[in-house]
Amino acid sequence: MEFLVVQFLTGLASAASLFLAASGLSIIFGVTRIVNFAHGAFYMLGAYVAVTLTEWWDGPLGFWGGVLVAAIAVAVLGALTEVSLLRRIYRAPELFQLLATFGLTLMMQDIVLLVWGPVDLIGPRAPGFKGAVQILGQQVPSYELFLIVLGPAVLAVLWLLFHRTRWGVLVRAATQDRDMVAALGVNQKWLFTSVFALGIFLAALGGALQLPREAASHNMDLRIIVEVFVVVVIGGLGSVTGAFLAAVIVSELNAFGILILPKISLVLVFIVMAAVLVVRPWGLLGRKEAAPRQVLGATIHPWRPLSQPQRLALAAVLALAACLPFVSGNYLLTVGSEILIFILFAQSLQLLMTVGGLASFGHAAYFGLGSYGAALAAKSLGLPMGIALLAGPVLALAGAFIFGWFSVRLAGVYFAMLTLAFAQIAWSIAFQWVDVTGGDNGILGVWPAALVGTPARFYWFAFVVTVAGVFCLRALTFSPFGYALRAARDSELRAEAIGIDRRRVQLTAFMIAGSFAGIAGALFAYLKGSVFPETLAIPYSVDALVMVLLGGVETVSGAVVGAIVYKALAIWLMSETEMSKLVLGAVIVAIVVLSPKGIVGYLSDIARRTPWLAAWSNKA
Amino acid sequence: MAAALEVQGIAKSYGGVAAVRGVSFAVQPGEIVALIGPNGAGKSTCFNMIMGQIPVDDGVIRIFGQPTTGLPPRAVWRRGVGRTFQITATFSSMTVAENVQVALLSHRRQLSTCYKFAGAMARDEAERLLDLLGLKAQAGRACGELAYGDLKRLELAVALANDPKLLLLDEPTAGMAPKERVDLMALTTRIARDRTIGVFFTEHDMDVVFEHSDRVMVLDRGALIASGPPQAVRTDPKVRAVYLGEGFDDAGGREGDER
Repeated sequence: MEFLVVQFLTGLASAASLFLAASGLSIIFGVTRIVNFAHGAFYMLGAYVAVTLTEWWDGPLGFWGGVLVAAIAVAVLGALTEVSLLRRIYRAPELFQLLATFGLTLMMQDIVLLVWGPVDLIGPRAPGFKGAVQILGQQVPSYELFLIVLGPAVLAVLWLLFHRTRWGVLVRAATQDRDMVAALGVNQKWLFTSVFALGIFLAALGGALQLPREAASHNMDLRIIVEVFVVVVIGGLGSVTGAFLAAVIVSELNAFGILILPKISLVLVFIVMAAVLVVRPWGLLGRKEAAPRQVLGATIHPWRPLSQPQRLALAAVLALAACLPFVSGNYLLTVGSEILIFILFAQSLQLLMTVGGLASFGHAAYFGLGSYGAALAAKSLGLPMGIALLAGPVLALAGAFIFGWFSVRLAGVYFAMLTLAFAQIAWSIAFQWVDVTGGDNGILGVWPAALVGTPARFYWFAFVVTVAGVFCLRALTFSPFGYALRAARDSELRAEAIGIDRRRVQLTAFMIAGSFAGIAGALFAYLKGSVFPETLAIPYSVDALVMVLLGGVETVSGAVVGAIVYKALAIWLMSETEMSKLVLGAVIVAIVVLSPKGIVGYLSDIARRTPWLAAWSNKA
Repeated sequence: MAAALEVQGIAKSYGGVAAVRGVSFAVQPGEIVALIGPNGAGKSTCFNMIMGQIPVDDGVIRIFGQPTTGLPPRAVWRRGVGRTFQITATFSSMTVAENVQVALLSHRRQLSTCYKFAGAMARDEAERLLDLLGLKAQAGRACGELAYGDLKRLELAVALANDPKLLLLDEPTAGMAPKERVDLMALTTRIARDRTIGVFFTEHDMDVVFEHSDRVMVLDRGALIASGPPQAVRTDPKVRAVYLGEGFDDAGGREGDER
C-alpha cells in the first residue's frame, strides 16, 4: 500500500516536466496551427544549457537562476527560429511544417553533440530540495514534492496569464479565429513570435527542471516529443488544462505500468490512448478541428498514366538498372539493393501520402514489422526464405490493420502524431520484449537462400520485387480504388455524398501501404542478415517522408527518384562527415522553404512549359 | 406511390437553442419544392438532417417510404438521393469528367476494383451527363481551374450520376451571375420533370424560387409558417411580415435576396 502511494507520487512528479512541454506545444499549436516537432529538441537544449549554467554559477541562486536563464535563453533562440524560419511556412500545408520542424530537430541533435559531446551529463541536485521526506514510512525525495506542486502552479499561472492579461485575451482570441484577430488590427507577427517564445520557454524549463532527476542525454528530445504527442492526443490539442490532465494520466500509467507489465509498459498507455480516441476522437478537452486549409497533393495538373514514349524511356532505364551487376562490384550492388528496397518503402508511403492525403509519421513501423516478421519466421520457426519473406508483409498487414483502425479516425496533424506514437510503441515492444525479439541485440543470421545468395543475385531479386511492387502501387493509383482514395482526400463531404465510406477506403489504403512497406522490410532483413529495433524507429519513418517530399508530394511516383537521390546522398554523407544529421536536417528545411514541389514536381513543371517535351510526353 | 421524401416532426437543438422544431412535410416524385426563410431559420440544418449529415434529435425521415433516420450520407445516397452543396464540394485533383466517373463507378459499386484504369471506365455515360449540363467542352480540364458557375453545374452532374429520384439542392445558384442562375434552374427543372425527380431546394434568390417551384415552404425560427403554391405564399400576410419584409413587391422585387 505504502509503496503504491510512493509510486503514485513519483508519477505525479514526472507529470510536471511532461506537462510543461505539452502545454507549450499546445499553446503554440493553438495560435500558429503549427505542430512544433522541434519542441523536444528545445526541451533537450534547455536541459543542456542548464547543465552548463549551473556549473558556472554556484549556490542556490546559481541553480535556480541557471535553470531560469537557460529557459529564457532557449526561448530567445526559439523566437529567432520563428522569425527566420516558421514565418515563411505558416501558409504551407501541415506536413511541410511538421517536416521543417523535424529538420530542426535533426540539426539540433548534431549541434548538441558538437557542443556538449556524446556523454550524458549529470546535473546538480536542487539546493533546498536535496533531502527526502518520510511519507507513510517511505522515503520520498523532496524535489519530487516540489515538482508535484509546480505542475498545478504553472497551470494556475498560465490560466491567469490567459484570462487576466490583454496579451492572454489576444492569444485566446487568436486560438479561436486568428483571421478575425488580424482584422481587428492586432499585429499578428509579434503575437505569433511571443506565443512561440512562451511555448519554447515552457519546454526548455521542463527540460532544465528534469536535471536533478535524470541526466541530460541525446535521446531525450525524441523520447519527450513522443510522450508529448501522446499527451496532446489524449488531452486535446490547444487545451492547456487537457495537457495537464493527460500528462498526469500518462505519467501515472507509466509509473504503474512498470509494476503491472514490466516488459511492455508502454502498452498500457497505448490502450488508454486508444480508448480515449474511440470515445473522444479530439481528446478529452479538445475540439474538432476544422478541415485543413490546403489539402496535400491537390494539384491542378490531373494525373495521367505514362504515355507510350514515357513507357519506352522507362523501359530503357530499367534495362540499364538491370545490367548493373555486369559492371559493378559487390559493394555497389549491396548499396543498389538497399536503394531498391527503399524505393519500394518510399513508394508505399507515397500511396498513403499523396493519393490518400495521409501523412504517416510512423511508416517505419510496417517496414520494421516486415523485417521482424521475416526474421522471426526464419530464425524462430526455421522456415525457408520463400515463406519467411511472406511472413514479413503478413505481420506488417496485421500491424497496419490494428494501428490504422485508430489512425484513420483522425486526420491531419492528429493522424501524423498518432502514427508516430504507434510506431514508437511498436519500437518499444521490439526493444523491451527481449525473449522474442532479442531486444537491443536484435536477431542475427538471417541469411538469404542460396538461389539469391550472391550480391548480384540478391540485387536482381530485389530489382524484380521492387519493380513489381512499384508497378502494383502505380496501377492501384489509377484504378477505381485509387480514385476513391483521392476522392476521400479531395473532399470528404462530397465523397460521403456519393457513397464512399472514407474510413473504410483509407483503412484499406493504410493496410496496402503497410503491406508493401512490410515486403520492403522483409527484403531489408535478408539484405542485412539481421534485424534491430531501429528499423521501427523514427529516423526510418522520416527517411521515407523525406524521400517522398524530395521526389514531390504532388507526383504519382516521385518517391522513386526521391529514394534514389536521398539514399545515395545519405550513404555518401555518412562516409564523408560526422555531422550527417546536421546536413540532412538543413536539406529538409531547405526543400520545404525553397522547393516544396520536389525534384519530380519541379521537372514536370519544366516539361510542361517546354513545348517539344510536352508534345513528346503527351503522345499516346 | 410513396412520397419521394417524407419528413415527420424532425427537430434539432444546439445546446438548448432549438434550431429546428418539429418540421413536417412531403415531396412527391416529380415535384419541385423550395424551402425559404431568413438566415438562421434552420434551412441548412433541415437539409443536413435529411441527408444524414447531422443526426436528428427527434422525428422520422422517409425516402420512398423507407425510414432513413440515422443513416450516414453515403447510405442515404444509395437510396437514390443526389445532392449539391451550398459551397461546391468537388474533387479538385481530378478532371471534370473524372469527377463524374467516380460518382458513376461508386453507383455501379466498382470503386473497390484495384487493377483497371479508372479513367477509361464509365467514360461514355460521364460524357452524356456532361453534355446534358453543357460541360462537354470542359471534360478534360482540371476541376480546380473551372469558373464557379461551371463548378455548380459539375456538382449537378455528379448529383445526377446515381440516377436519383430525389435531388436535394442547397442554394444551387448561390454565387452565380443572374443570367447563369436562371439558366441553371431552367435546366434543373427540365431534367427533373423529364425524369420525374422530386427536387427539394433552398434558395435566397426569390426570382429562382417563385419561377421554378411547384410549392414553396417558409421556415422561420425553426418552424414552418407557410406552405403552398408560389402565388399563395407570395401573398400570405404572415410570410410578408416575417420574412419578405416591407420592401417586397408583387412583381418579384429583389429585396428578399440576401446575397
